Amino acid sequence: MEESAHQKNSKHRQTGPGKNLPVLNVPSESHRSILNLAARRVQRGNASPDEYWRSLDELADTPEFRAMLHREFPPAASEWNDPLSRRRFLHLMGASLALAGMTACTQQPAEYIVPYVKPPEGIIPGKPQYYATAMPFGGAATGLLVESREGRPIKIEGNPDHPASLGATDIFAQASLLTLYDPDRSQTVNYLGEISTWSAFLGEVGAALESQRGTQGAGLRILTETVVSPTLAAQLRELLRQFPAAKWHQYEAVNRDNAIVGAQLAFGQPMTPLYRFENADVILAVDSDFLSCGPGSLRYAREFARRRRVSTEQPLMNRLYVIESTPNSTGAVADHRLPLRPAEIENFVRAVAAALGVPSAGAAARPDNQEWFSALVRDLQNHRGRSLIIVGDEQPPFIHALAHAINQTLGNNGQTVQFIDPVEASPVEQMQSLRELAGEMEAGRVELLIILGGNPVHTAPADLNFAARLSKVRLRVHLGLYNDETSELCHWHIPESHYLESWSDARAFDGTASIIQPLILPLYQSKSAHELLAALTGQPDRSSYDLVRDYWKANYRNPSNKTAALPVAQNAGAVGGAANNRAQTTAIPAQSANAVTAPKANTSTQTPVTASTPSASPAPVAAGSPSPASDDFEKFWRKSLNDGVIAGSAFPLKTVTAASSQISSPNNGLRTTDYGHSITLLFRPDPAIYDGRFANNGWLQELPRPLTKLTWDNAALMSPSTATRLGVDYRVSSRGGERGEIHADVIELSYQGRSVRAPVWIVPGHADNCITVHLGYGRWRAGRAGNGAGFNANVLRSSDHQWTAPGVEIKRTGDTYQLACTQFHYNMEGREIVRAASLDEFQRNPKFAHEKVEEPTAHESLYPEYEYKGYAWGMAIDLNSCTGCNACVIACQAENNIPVVGREQVLRGRAMHWLRIDRYYKGAVHNPETFFQPLPCMHCEKAPCEVVCPVNATVHDTEGLNVMVYNRCVGTRYCSNNCPYKVRRFNFLLYQDWDSPSLRPMRNPEVSVRSRGVMEKCTYCVQRIQHAKIESEKENRTIRDGEVVTACQAACPTEAIVFGNINDHSSQVAKLKASPRNYGLLAELQTQPRTTYLAAVRNPNPEINHTPQEAMK
Amino acid sequence: MQEIERHPNEQRLSDSIPVIAPGHTFASVTDKISAIVLTHRTPIGWFIGAGIAFALTMLLFVAVAYLILKGTGIWGINIPIAWAFAITNFVWWIGIGHAGTLISAILLLLRQRWRTSINRFAEAMTLFAVACAGLFPVIHLGRPWLFYWLLPYPNTMSIWPNFRSPLMWDVFAVSTYATVSLLFWYVGLIPDLATLRDRARHRFGQIVYGMLALGWRGSAIHWNRYETASLLLAGLATPLVVSVHTVVSFDFSIAILPGWHTTIFPPYFVAGAIYSGFAMVLTIAIPLRKFYGLEDFITERHLRNMAKIMLATGLIVGYGYTIEAFMAWYSSNTFEEFMIKNRMTGPYAPSYWSLILCNIIVPQLLWFRRVRGSVPGLFILSLVVNTGMWLERFIIIVTSLHRDFLPSSWGMFRPTFWDWATYIGTLGLFTALLFLFIRFLPMISIFEMRTLLPRTETGEHSAAPERRPA
Repeated sequence: MEESAHQKNSKHRQTGPGKNLPVLNVPSESHRSILNLAARRVQRGNASPDEYWRSLDELADTPEFRAMLHREFPPAASEWNDPLSRRRFLHLMGASLALAGMTACTQQPAEYIVPYVKPPEGIIPGKPQYYATAMPFGGAATGLLVESREGRPIKIEGNPDHPASLGATDIFAQASLLTLYDPDRSQTVNYLGEISTWSAFLGEVGAALESQRGTQGAGLRILTETVVSPTLAAQLRELLRQFPAAKWHQYEAVNRDNAIVGAQLAFGQPMTPLYRFENADVILAVDSDFLSCGPGSLRYAREFARRRRVSTEQPLMNRLYVIESTPNSTGAVADHRLPLRPAEIENFVRAVAAALGVPSAGAAARPDNQEWFSALVRDLQNHRGRSLIIVGDEQPPFIHALAHAINQTLGNNGQTVQFIDPVEASPVEQMQSLRELAGEMEAGRVELLIILGGNPVHTAPADLNFAARLSKVRLRVHLGLYNDETSELCHWHIPESHYLESWSDARAFDGTASIIQPLILPLYQSKSAHELLAALTGQPDRSSYDLVRDYWKANYRNPSNKTAALPVAQNAGAVGGAANNRAQTTAIPAQSANAVTAPKANTSTQTPVTASTPSASPAPVAAGSPSPASDDFEKFWRKSLNDGVIAGSAFPLKTVTAASSQISSPNNGLRTTDYGHSITLLFRPDPAIYDGRFANNGWLQELPRPLTKLTWDNAALMSPSTATRLGVDYRVSSRGGERGEIHADVIELSYQGRSVRAPVWIVPGHADNCITVHLGYGRWRAGRAGNGAGFNANVLRSSDHQWTAPGVEIKRTGDTYQLACTQFHYNMEGREIVRAASLDEFQRNPKFAHEKVEEPTAHESLYPEYEYKGYAWGMAIDLNSCTGCNACVIACQAENNIPVVGREQVLRGRAMHWLRIDRYYKGAVHNPETFFQPLPCMHCEKAPCEVVCPVNATVHDTEGLNVMVYNRCVGTRYCSNNCPYKVRRFNFLLYQDWDSPSLRPMRNPEVSVRSRGVMEKCTYCVQRIQHAKIESEKENRTIRDGEVVTACQAACPTEAIVFGNINDHSSQVAKLKASPRNYGLLAELQTQPRTTYLAAVRNPNPEINHTPQEAMK
Repeated sequence: MQEIERHPNEQRLSDSIPVIAPGHTFASVTDKISAIVLTHRTPIGWFIGAGIAFALTMLLFVAVAYLILKGTGIWGINIPIAWAFAITNFVWWIGIGHAGTLISAILLLLRQRWRTSINRFAEAMTLFAVACAGLFPVIHLGRPWLFYWLLPYPNTMSIWPNFRSPLMWDVFAVSTYATVSLLFWYVGLIPDLATLRDRARHRFGQIVYGMLALGWRGSAIHWNRYETASLLLAGLATPLVVSVHTVVSFDFSIAILPGWHTTIFPPYFVAGAIYSGFAMVLTIAIPLRKFYGLEDFITERHLRNMAKIMLATGLIVGYGYTIEAFMAWYSSNTFEEFMIKNRMTGPYAPSYWSLILCNIIVPQLLWFRRVRGSVPGLFILSLVVNTGMWLERFIIIVTSLHRDFLPSSWGMFRPTFWDWATYIGTLGLFTALLFLFIRFLPMISIFEMRTLLPRTETGEHSAAPERRPA
């Protein structure tokens, strides 16, 4: 009780306003400061402290508190021991009677809640606030708005003003919230596995640096991931200035080496292409999953989907051709898709180039699919300047160069492709960079290695033997979120601050810079890369905030300048001391908005909160910066924080010319070699846990992969015919069945003498004779969720063949392995579930979606229809836009406190996602058409679940919501049995983690945390509806269209999900429901679903004959 | 004793084997039946059997305790198969519980006097089966401690249960059935309890049986009231026999699920219930008469009559299966067609065909008089039918759920250890209660048996089996 009271108080005092970390003039070690403060008060003789500090006194171990602990009960309790008096007797009897009458009520312990003594301005308890920040990931940043509740970030949304987000988010951004609160995150500085301190680290590394100074840092190496933070880049340059002989290496397992080298080949300089899908009529994607991964994918997906939103008024759409080896989301939405082996892809692109008259194409064999090929070429030729070739990062540089040349030949440059300087601070070929580092470590030339982020021991290709070579470095330091495989082999491990905990900055795919503002004080004793580098450059007391702010103070007039330096001299002069410095520069992160309803509506009128710090602090803004220039900067700073983007920081577009003559055919052995029947291994980042950095993120581990619907494991993906050739298969087990356990044969993959065992997964549409393995698995120090999951594909990866390993050997082992799959059955069984037609058919017959099914007539009931007088909520999901990216699934999970159940429970068919994305195949098994169908609750007007619940736990409300009353649910599960859509989820066991303290602040306080034995399901984010309703009622108006945005809708990059009031005929959702493409799933059952679908329309080239050759299994 | 009314059909009824073996007197009947209860020497076999049954009951307790501790997730259920063993067992036990009341009430009203020697333990069996059945709807809840929310009790929240839900009707149907069955059984026991009270040699037995006998003295007015009460209760119980399983069948037929949503369910469920109930009576009666030497009272005539009822109800059940398949085809509804095809050829096809074998094909042997006359044959057949009826409920529940409308949410069910433990545990509980019953209460109605006596004396002595020493 005492402990919780303390937490409560300290939370109000600390983390309450502390989300604006610098508001308080207290050091970040909040607990210690409270202790000290309380102790001081006690020492001053403050014998009768006021109520507010009561619990702190307990903590400070006052005599009273000690006495109280000793006595176990409060002082009055001792009187019970007195001899029985009449008064006492009556007292007791009265209490007994009262208790007898309310046995069901537990006695609540006395806990004092304390109001804000000085409430931070703008914070109203119970009202969320939104802060703009950005998430750096994979070499680019995505702008975010993070919802904060009483100082705790609880939900991540996209920043509509940010060019890489436009309001949408991807699964990684959504799930990064769980990483922040992950109880397995590293919490303390470690030295050789023992807990140590930051100052001890500073001492040792300082000494090591001193010894490096003599050799100008010849033994100093820094290894980072891709750096897109201008401040960090400036710090690194500063370090290299101080230690000219030191070297900075960069490595990420999922790097963009090929794109960088490809651009170098084509243009003679590193250039980054930006794609303008809004201008592209015909797109050829060469093994590129531009819709779901890579910098800018959210924006690309949105622009791409906007060109596919056909209606009777606008019956035109773009056309996407995809050639790829591994089926991915982009291929799944393609109008034409061709599975090709890597060697065939190269040949194909060459042939396209040659056919289009690109001089450097070289000789190319005629592609097998002549009809397809020539139709494509004609289509591209007919759309000069309105076409686009886009190449995936896994393709060799030569293909990238060739694509640049093709785009140029087609006149697409400047139209659908534009170029900017690379957004990476230092675009290098990362594999080469790592190879150099490994070589130097082997040679013993590295004495001090500082690894800033990343986990190279796990992610480095096996042939570099990174772990063994690492041990030859005399002093090794690792900064990381987790005490992981790399930390294990380093002397020092420094816990890294999550991006939601520390200040930083980062550039987006187009160069737009954002300030990364923290949303919460660091949960643990963590440091950011900025702070660590500052320590290395002799400024150990500088905070990230100072560093980022100083950088921008020096560079804010030229925000797109890539090579700006830190204003070192100025800092040295300006800063008196660390403590003083902190006091002077504290400011609060500007709020971007504080209303959920219109996040960006009132930003202009809002001033950033400034003086909510305790009164002792100096007026922060004016004190340090009297000059007009500073005023300017202050405005810039606040505007940038508020907007989440730094105005004018996008890189200027460059005009470049691909010098075709320079594009020479590569000689890497991959080119025209046909491997015949040998198997090529393809490495791809995992669609959910990426390169393994999210391995301990339960949300992502349990997220069904878009096409395989696998969770918790990776597998060797192959085509059905390859599986037949290898004599391997998979079978549905009776445990969980198609929605649970699949027994897969285990094969042994060997390459260059290294081998791993992997379960087999057959993917329709996979290219023959190649096997795809996903990176990121097989970790042994990831944490509780990630340890031991899957197999480590990096073992097979070599630095020469990052993405493709030709001639891999396969051996059957005879073993089987249970894979947890949430949807095995991919055949629609002839049922009209996903309805689709070609554009041509749609133009001829817009009502095609309604013809094959017997649809219910308007009213077939004995009872009168309920009349919805006010709102009638409904949702429309455009199947033409959905790319199956899963962002909605994770957004729903984060918003609605949906638990992670673990692999074992998924095997039993008990995954809990309220929103699932069904995936169906149609047509030939070697190259099927793929459809995604997101399935939230249908909120049927005649809901079958409601009738059968014996306790009225699921009922209909006056706005048409099918409401689930958790408190009333006794768990008969009849509702789920009677739900034809099977969208209800049951807590068969206690799935919610009630115990981990770090997970508690993560939960959305507006959504019940469900316990065991209770049914749950999609609520249409009823809490958001209620929020909007309250806002509207305050203003005496109705809710405007677009004011209620469900979590899935907000996250969706392609705007496929639209929610609103269908009683309002001008609302977007009502208009969509009036579309001829709109249909209700299983509407023939008379459920009258409120969630409806817009039938998919594909735009195949009429020149390509689309006849399925093989029937589906 | 009252005068025994001669039944006009008596001649025909007793033309084959008598319902009580000849040579018995009032005293011998009373001696024979009450001696089983009042003996000091409990047979060792009883201890062995009861020991096993109690061990299995303990298994049930462990399984239920673990279930309440961890949640229904210890079973193999999932989404989409949110119901499996628990509801299968519930329906199966309820079905078994049909025979007792049917024998006591309907056959009483129909004046089928041959029922006399089997009605007592059939009624007991009903009660125990209903107790086992009643356990499942409660423990299968996600939050079993809130089961009373299904009852319409006045509460401060002013919330009523949902009267549209068949689960709610179940509560009424099953609890009414259990109450009436208990009353009927107990009222029927009173004269015998008085007999035991009078014959008990121990003070303890005299007191306990005396209290239970409610002061029965056998006066004419007592008999008069007894007859009235038992007729009234029989009248009450008769519609319940039909209603309880009709309501249980609504649990399924109200739903929109293919395989559940069928109008044939009520009659077909009732017939199935009687079918399995008589099978269970046979399963119990055959070893019992053998073990306690009660062949005189439970004669082959009883066994044959029960076999005939089984054959009749089995044919009704077979008709139900046929109609299910026919309607699936006739409706030309995609989902219905798929459902029946999936039952016959899907992953649960082996269960489906074993069900057809157990419930339809094998029982056709009952057409043969020789099979009906073979006691071991009937015993094996009754076990087969019990298995078949369990499979029927399993098939209806699981195969309908596991592949419904959207192929994306198809799944499978595999029972876990705890599924089996709970099921076998209720078998243990049922058997244990039966063991207690045969040890402490007269398993055959003494006074009703005595009413049969004059008839046997006047009847033919054709197939009188050899008398055994008591």
